[in-house]
Parts: sequence; structure tokens; C-alpha cells
Amino acid sequence: MWELIRANKRHSIFLMALMALVLLLVGGVIGLAVFGPDGGWIGLGVATVVWLVLALISLSSGDQILLAASHAQRVDHDVHPQLFNIVEEMKIAAGLPAMPKVYIINDPAPNAFATGRSPQSASLAVTAGLLARLNRDELQGVVAHEMSHILHRDILYVTLAGIMLGGIVLMSQVFLRGMLHGSMGSRRRYSSGGRGNGQTQIVLVLIAVVVAVLAPIMTQLLYFALSRRREYLADAGAARLTRYPEGLASALEKIASDPAPQLGPANQTTAPMYIVNPFKKGRMKLSDLTSTHPPISERVRILRSMSQGASYRDYAEAFMKVTRSKSIVPATALKDEPVNLRQDQTSPTSDEKTQRQVHQMGDIMRNVNGFAFLSCSCGLSLKVPPNFQGDTVRCPRCNRNLDLGAQRVPPR
Amino acid sequence: MSGALIVLLVFVGLLVVLALIVIGIYNALVRLRNQVDNAWSQIDVQLKRRHDLIPNLVETARGYMKHERETFEAITQARSQAMGAKSVAETAKAEGQLADALSKFMLVVENYPELKANQNFLALQEELTGTENKIAFSRQNYNDQVLFYNNKIQMFPSNIIAGMCSFTKRDFFQVDSAAERAVPKVSFS
Repeated sequence: MWELIRANKRHSIFLMALMALVLLLVGGVIGLAVFGPDGGWIGLGVATVVWLVLALISLSSGDQILLAASHAQRVDHDVHPQLFNIVEEMKIAAGLPAMPKVYIINDPAPNAFATGRSPQSASLAVTAGLLARLNRDELQGVVAHEMSHILHRDILYVTLAGIMLGGIVLMSQVFLRGMLHGSMGSRRRYSSGGRGNGQTQIVLVLIAVVVAVLAPIMTQLLYFALSRRREYLADAGAARLTRYPEGLASALEKIASDPAPQLGPANQTTAPMYIVNPFKKGRMKLSDLTSTHPPISERVRILRSMSQGASYRDYAEAFMKVTRSKSIVPATALKDEPVNLRQDQTSPTSDEKTQRQVHQMGDIMRNVNGFAFLSCSCGLSLKVPPNFQGDTVRCPRCNRNLDLGAQRVPPR
Repeated sequence: MSGALIVLLVFVGLLVVLALIVIGIYNALVRLRNQVDNAWSQIDVQLKRRHDLIPNLVETARGYMKHERETFEAITQARSQAMGAKSVAETAKAEGQLADALSKFMLVVENYPELKANQNFLALQEELTGTENKIAFSRQNYNDQVLFYNNKIQMFPSNIIAGMCSFTKRDFFQVDSAAERAVPKVSFS
């Protein structure tokens, strides 16, 4: 996998350089337009500073920003022991130097992503919907997939790209909005004068248009770079770590057929991070060619046709058989020693069990979000939201007054 | 410069190079041995954790399973044997028996739906599953490290230095239990 890791580091540097170039170009043009012939240098200077700030932010706390943007909450072992155990198992299997930080996103759509600068400081986030619907083996498959992204250093690239791109999109929006307000204001105040102002305004409009056009192009570039290959390779890595391709395969199937609405906090910038595309089919049809994720049915078929073993070599063979195309696994990984498959032991999960798991997950999230849990002596259990005012609650069934004081825990 | 001096210089130079090679090999051996020890201590942590979990599990289950004395005894005995094991080979054998006893116990649990619904038992079961998986995955890592180390102390020229400084061969952690050989996974979910 060394080629892959090196390629990811190279791409990260290339991305930073590309962003620098774009910023310098835009900065220079703005400077020239606003401050006259000598202003180009001012623009270049400002652009350099902006680039430096963006680069520093994305390197130092990019993962934190992306996690916050996805409304992810840090959890410990006691909140969801199973998830924590599985992450630790996969950490051992992958030989990771440190335990990744574990986050839960309170959203019913099943999905997961990993972020961070390096395997030493990685984070892993899963949605509550994922935890509610998957059984242990399936969850292990998903966590192993994310762990492979961490091992392959995909996370560095995605984090850098996400923050850089997000920064540029944000700035272009601020710029557009500022311009809109500025022009409206000037129209009211200087309806007859301000001719000199008009020229700069035209240029500013042009710049804004350029930036507004550039941003989506950058998104597309990002989509290309985060190619399907990364996803396939992470699937291969997951099969190898768990030695049980069926786990991930059935997880992907469940995620694909899930009726929950699309993931709330996901947007264009964060979409490529997730294990499956957070946008539902209808919206992605046009861009299927440049889609970041391979079709799920194909990923599942590849995983299911790994009957010999769980090494990269076995995945490559299954891949070639299913897609009838050339192998995507790097040459050195093909010399991988054989990895035996784990025997199947699992019985299919019953609907009743899934229902119970969904219910439990709801309680876990309420606990994380600072809900108080009360049980009335009539047998009813109450869940009181953290913003509830007052110290007593009336039980809706038997009208007893229940004391809330001792039960209330400060929100995490 | 006389011929004798040149010969002497060449000789000294060769000695220095030889000394550097010996130091390099020695350091590599130490590093590999430390990696083996470290990998072992990681397994050891998980084994201890499993030993700690078992009494709780048995206590919780005892209330529900009145007629399964043999199963409990098998587990308790296998546990104390595993805790008393000294060498890697002994530990591997005892842990294999413990794993067998536990998987038999889990099969019996299937007959007690009330126990399977007990929150406390479910939590312990999850911890045990996690620990078993961690043992399986760290065992893989340990055996890899042992393979590197054993290769190094048996191959020329590092075997000479290994012999002089008493670097001894390490045992693999091989599991003899039928269940674990086929499935390094325990899933009770």
C-alpha cells in the first residue's frame, strides 16, 4: 500500500499548491481592479496571507471543523460500548499507533466517515442511524472501511480539500453578499453620483462571477481525486482487517436500502468523506460519471465473490471477475500473504431485535444530549429534554408529581 | 609510507567496519525482541481482562441457569488454569480450553431467553465479545513479530551474535481449541 500512501501525500501537496495558485490569481486581479496598477501586489499579499491562514487552519484543526460541521459529538466507552470495542478491535487489527477519537452524529440516516491529519490523530464518526440498524459484524465492516481510509492516509487529503474548498466557498459567499448589500446601499445613497465607483463595481461583479464559477469546478476536481478507487481500496482493506467481507457487504446493502431521509448536515464539501454518498439517488443522476462513490450493488457483489481468502490479492481477483476491468490494487499489495476468511456464524437479525436496537439508540442519543430519565412508580418511564423548565414533572398516566432535581445531569 | 603501515591501516579499518556491523545486528536483535515483548504484553492485557470478566458473567448467569453446574465448573476450572499458566505455549493451551468452555456456555445461554434479555448480562457479553476479538487480532500481530524475530536469530550472520548474547527462540501463540482455530471471532449478537 506504500504507493497509495505516497500518492495521497503527493496529491495533498498538489492540492495546496493549486489552491495557492487560484488564490494568488484571484487576489492579484482584485488588487489590480480595486487599487489600480500598483494594487496587484497588495492583492497578492492578501491572497498569500489568506492561503497561509487556510493552510494552517486545515492542518491544525481541519478535522475538528469538519466534525463540528457534521454535528458530531465525541463519545466515550460508556455511551456505546459496542462501537468503542469494535473501533479498538480494528485499531489492533490495523496496527494503528493510537486509538482514533470516536464521534456519533445524531441523524437517522446510516452513514460514517473518518477524518484527521495522520493515523496518530484520527477521528471516526458514525451516525446514530447506522448504530441502530447494523448488527455487530456489519458495524465492524463499516468501522474497518473507515480504518482503511485512515491507514491509506485518505483522511489527510479529504480534510485538506474539505477545509480549503469550504473556505473558498465561504469567502465567495461573503464577497457576493457584501457586494449585493454594497451595491444596494450605494444605489440608494448615491443614486445620481458615484460614477468612479461604478467601474470598480463592474470589476467586482466579474470577480465574484469568476469565484462563483471556480468554486464548483474545484468541487468537481475534488470529486475526481477522491476517486472510486479509494472506496474500492478501503473496501479491500476492510475485508482484510475483519477477514469477513460479508459483514461490510450486508452493511452496505442495509445502508443502501434504508428508508431514512438523506443525511441532514452533509453538503457538497463533506459528501466525499462518507462511506456511501449521503445524497440520495435522484440528485446524483447527472453526475454519475464523476460520482465519488462506486455503485453500492457492485461493491457488494465484489465483496461477496471473495470466496478464497481476505487478502488484497483476493479482492483484486474478485474485482476483476465482477467488473471485467483491470485491477485497481497496487502491485506491491498483490504480494500480500494469504489471509484466511473467518467462518460464518451469524444468524440473520430479527426485526424485533432491530426494533429494540433502534429504541436503545434513541435513549443513548437522548442521554448524550442531556435528557433526564425518570421512571414513575406507575411503570411509565419519562424522558425529559434538557431545556425543560422547573423541578417537577407530572406523570401523564397517573398524574403524580415527579422530582426532577436529582435526576438532572449536566449536558456533556 | 611503508607497506606495513598501509596493511595495518587496512586491518584497523576492517576491524572498525566489522565492529559497526556487529553493533548494528545486535541493535536490530534487541529491537525485534522488544517488539515481541510489547506484542505479548498487548495480548496479556486482553487475557487479564477476559479473566476479570468471567466471574461477573458467571454470577449474573447463575441466577437464571439453575441446572448448568457442569458448564460453570468447566469455565471456572479453565479460567484458573489459564491464570496459572507460565509459558506462552502453556497460556495458549489453557486459553484455548477457556475459549472452548465459553463457547459451550454461550450455546447453553440460547436456552434461557430471560437471561438473554438481562441488560447486565448483555453488557458483559458485549465486553467479552470485544475482548475475544481483541485477543484474536493482537495474536496475529504477536505471531508476526515472533516470526520476524525467530527468522533473524536463525539466519546467518545474525545467528552468531544471537548465540553469543543468548537471544533465544520465542514460541508462537497457537490456539488449539477447535472453535478458535476455525473462527478467531466470537459473535453472540
